[in-house]
Amino acid sequence: MPHDGHDHDEGSALSPIVLRVKALESLLVEKEYVDPAALDQLIDIYETRVGPRNGAAVVARAWCDEEFKQRLLADATTCIREFGFEGRQGEHMRVKENTDRIHNMVVCTLCSCYPWPVLGLPPVWYKAAPYRARAVAEPRSVLAEFGVTLDEDVEIRVWDSTAELRYLILPMRPKNTEHLNEEQLAALVTRDSMIGTGLALSPEDLAEATS
Amino acid sequence: MNGGQDLGGKHGLGPVNPENNEPVFHAEWEKRVFAVTLAMGATGEWNIDASRHARENRHPADYIKASYYQVWLYGLEVLLRERDLMREDELKTGIAQKTRPVINSMHGDQVADILNAGSSYEREIPQPARFAVGDRVTARNHNPKTHTRLPGYARNRTGVIATINGVFVFPDTNSRSLGENPQYCYSVRFEAEELWGSGTHQNSCVYLDMWESYLEPA
Repeated sequence: MPHDGHDHDEGSALSPIVLRVKALESLLVEKEYVDPAALDQLIDIYETRVGPRNGAAVVARAWCDEEFKQRLLADATTCIREFGFEGRQGEHMRVKENTDRIHNMVVCTLCSCYPWPVLGLPPVWYKAAPYRARAVAEPRSVLAEFGVTLDEDVEIRVWDSTAELRYLILPMRPKNTEHLNEEQLAALVTRDSMIGTGLALSPEDLAEATS
Repeated sequence: MNGGQDLGGKHGLGPVNPENNEPVFHAEWEKRVFAVTLAMGATGEWNIDASRHARENRHPADYIKASYYQVWLYGLEVLLRERDLMREDELKTGIAQKTRPVINSMHGDQVADILNAGSSYEREIPQPARFAVGDRVTARNHNPKTHTRLPGYARNRTGVIATINGVFVFPDTNSRSLGENPQYCYSVRFEAEELWGSGTHQNSCVYLDMWESYLEPA
């Protein structure tokens, strides 16, 4: 990491990268290239307001409303905008439906493309080399590391996000959930199930996870 | 470019290691890098393809070893230096020198609107798409040292057009300020055996989004 700025090491408890980022930010503010209020807003939005609960609401609606699901599969960007989820890194949305015959999962082998308005910022593993290298070449062994084992006759489709399209996976609705409403169903939808590296939780899984 | 970023199919990188209950950021400096990168992106001084190239255009060992926000920091510094918005000695001394103003700057009260508006990469062109759904196509074998979104593992491989996605800005030229050169972009399905060789087919396939000039009829 040649840009950690070793000049700043002496006499400081702060790491070189912390000092370098501080210097960079204060210079950009001093030059009036960035507004400190905008920086705080950006962090707040992605740390507290945008995240996988957004995508879960979309999935739960699709589970409850067949007409909505068909529209979502045909024109995801418009349908997702109806929830107020839109904009940066979600301009061109596509939704792929998992069934008992086809399992879809998403990767970006070249960088870290990810549908921010519905899932928030990507987790470290999604951006790191092992997942990006292996998801396209050995999806079944990658899924096994997430605890997902699929029958051999289930076709796996891996979507490599090489352009500006952003993919959201519509996971299968868990069994024995007919009595649940949309909000209760949304609680079963995990981030990983919408990347395709996981399955939606069963009501029993959820009870175990929250007990 | 055939750099450290072109990771599809690489070996020896270890397990995926998902983290339970992972926080959005792992350190305060990551938040700051994220925010200054987005705020500088809104200045209009560069486009998204140029910023991707700035991050990948380095020694592959450094790229792979760096954490993602270290990659972002590196890329931002490159873009600032290239456009003479920040000089290395300013970062070393912390003392700002006189540099030109940026095209735009994003103010705090504009952030939500700018994020919600996003930035569409879809364009319109008069000519029809060259390929139809179901056509067999072969990805070009090209090895530009500049930015491309055609991964190494798909080059010279044959697949089938699954969807015509529309017309999109072409990153290979846009990243170099050579114009948007909008082209049809297709979802192309490649069988695992075609990509990785016989005996590797685990009933799986890969779909890539590919611009028209990446493809030839098979």
